[in-house]
Amino acid sequence: MTNRLIHYLEMTGFTWMVPVVRLVRGENLREQLGELFNRVGLPLLAIAIFLLLWSALAAQVKTSLGDLPGPVQVWEQAGNLYAEHQAERGRERAFLERQVERNARLLEADPNAEVRWRSYTGKPTFVDQIVTSLKTVFAGFVLASLVAIPIGVACGLSPRLYGAISPLVQVLKPVSPLAWLPIVTMVVSAVYVSDDPWFQRSFVTSAITVMLCSLWPTLINTAVAVASIDRDWINVGRVIRLPLATRIFKIAIPAALPMMFTGLRISLGIGWMVLIAAEMLAQNPGLGKFIWDEFQNGSSNSLGRIMVAVLAIGIIGFLLDWLMVTLQKCLSHDKTAAQ
Amino acid sequence: MSVLHAIKDLVNEPQQAAQTEPATIRSFLDLSGVSIDFPVRGGSFRALDRVNLKIAKGEYVSIIGHSGCGKSTVLNIVAGLLQATEGGAILEGREVTQPGPERAVVFQNHALLPWLTCYQNVELAVKAIFKGRKSRKEMREWIEHNLKLVHMDHAMHKYPAEISGGMKQRVGIARALAMEPTVLLMDEPFGALDALTRAHLQDSVMAIQAELNNTVLMVTHDVDEAVLLSDKIVMMTNGPAAKVGEVLNIELERPRDRLALASDARYNQYRSEVLRFLYERQRRPQDV
Repeated sequence: MTNRLIHYLEMTGFTWMVPVVRLVRGENLREQLGELFNRVGLPLLAIAIFLLLWSALAAQVKTSLGDLPGPVQVWEQAGNLYAEHQAERGRERAFLERQVERNARLLEADPNAEVRWRSYTGKPTFVDQIVTSLKTVFAGFVLASLVAIPIGVACGLSPRLYGAISPLVQVLKPVSPLAWLPIVTMVVSAVYVSDDPWFQRSFVTSAITVMLCSLWPTLINTAVAVASIDRDWINVGRVIRLPLATRIFKIAIPAALPMMFTGLRISLGIGWMVLIAAEMLAQNPGLGKFIWDEFQNGSSNSLGRIMVAVLAIGIIGFLLDWLMVTLQKCLSHDKTAAQ
Repeated sequence: MSVLHAIKDLVNEPQQAAQTEPATIRSFLDLSGVSIDFPVRGGSFRALDRVNLKIAKGEYVSIIGHSGCGKSTVLNIVAGLLQATEGGAILEGREVTQPGPERAVVFQNHALLPWLTCYQNVELAVKAIFKGRKSRKEMREWIEHNLKLVHMDHAMHKYPAEISGGMKQRVGIARALAMEPTVLLMDEPFGALDALTRAHLQDSVMAIQAELNNTVLMVTHDVDEAVLLSDKIVMMTNGPAAKVGEVLNIELERPRDRLALASDARYNQYRSEVLRFLYERQRRPQDV
């Protein structure tokens, strides 16, 4: 039972919990405490030193918006942002309740009365912006993977196709997605015309920008991985005369999966970084816009709120990478993926 | 170059025709005039030069030679994984043009797919080959039967990474046997194993052979293995342009027992004949 637990902890990257489980099981105290110190104590110590240095140095910097906020002020602002989010939700709930009551009353007075249902249009809170950014990055990432993986597999299987599109990839790959942003914006506003759009136009623009930059690592890694599959595995497929589709899904993709995942991880990481920049530049809703708005706002709290956003971006980026690694460990035959 | 060869072939033709057996005794697997050229920088490299080989049904034939002489190339041509430049292989009257399950291959390093269990590895082959011919239940029984044959039924739901090298090769053999091959091709099947595991697996192969009486073509560089297992040993000369040097018929009764044979005069006679061919007549060029 505990061995299963340890296995799951290791699979999910919670290796620092393992000594705790072993302690509870009653394994030798000294060794496990030492392990716990190495895995948990040392990182905590490093974080503590960082926070101390931060608070000491931040107080020295005087900006036009007051002192550079230290960890304490940033923590306060995080609390404020959450309280604002709660307040906004409260207002939304109140609005919707009033609407239900009003419409009910109208219908009671006259069953044929024309009632209108409006959705609440309040200012998006910090949490709303996080959710928007996450949705956008996932949309862009999924789009990119849907394009990159099939092309990558095809390139890996056919060296001639790879040779044909390689120059294009080499030229498009180093282009900063922010350089694409004006073009994407214009194309989306020209092509994506609909009276009742599924998605907001800004969402489509951001997602396509993310897609354009997170395409390449997946494509190249998939192509190289498929091209360098063990010859014997290919020969097994030839000897048993597997149809092409089975050969791709039963041999090529599983064999290429570890390297493909490395590409996907890099893609998602780049996508997240680019998204924030794109949101700042294009004023599309999301964390980037939040930072820009706070910067333009210029209140004494602004710098602290921006720092909360910076930390949130970092933590979310880390969680996204953790998600990919865990997914890789679950799906791929190579269980030794680097953390 | 090729024109010259063509002329030489023409000149040699009558002699060769005289040597071949009468057409009535059609051999089961027939390699005739197999040559292969590999492209290298500024020309081509002739690895095999007009290799002729005849194998009867149910025969266990080993190809032995120094490493790099092209013995695996011969096997790959029979498997259809490589195309001969000239000549070709004919199995049961049909020319080999592509790989197929009737010429199942046991690869040197087992070539099991690491993301599939032992059972699933065999299943991949069985599903592809017996699609529409066997029911789901029959397929399962057939897979389990073959894993039992190589004594791997106890670990059939383990992944290749969880079992030893010898066990992996057993599963590799089970996968090949499950294809019901007309000729079983083994490319140094025991080459990557330690001596004890190898002996154990050789005994298993002999026992399976006694039961199924397959036609087997095996590549090896181990003299004892060749003499112990084979009905016929094909000794190849050194490359480049390797050809069949000598063919030795091993007329030892079966079942063969390695302990009893160790002191058997005929066994040692065969052994020393192969050794003499390899180390006196075909010493590796760089050793001379």
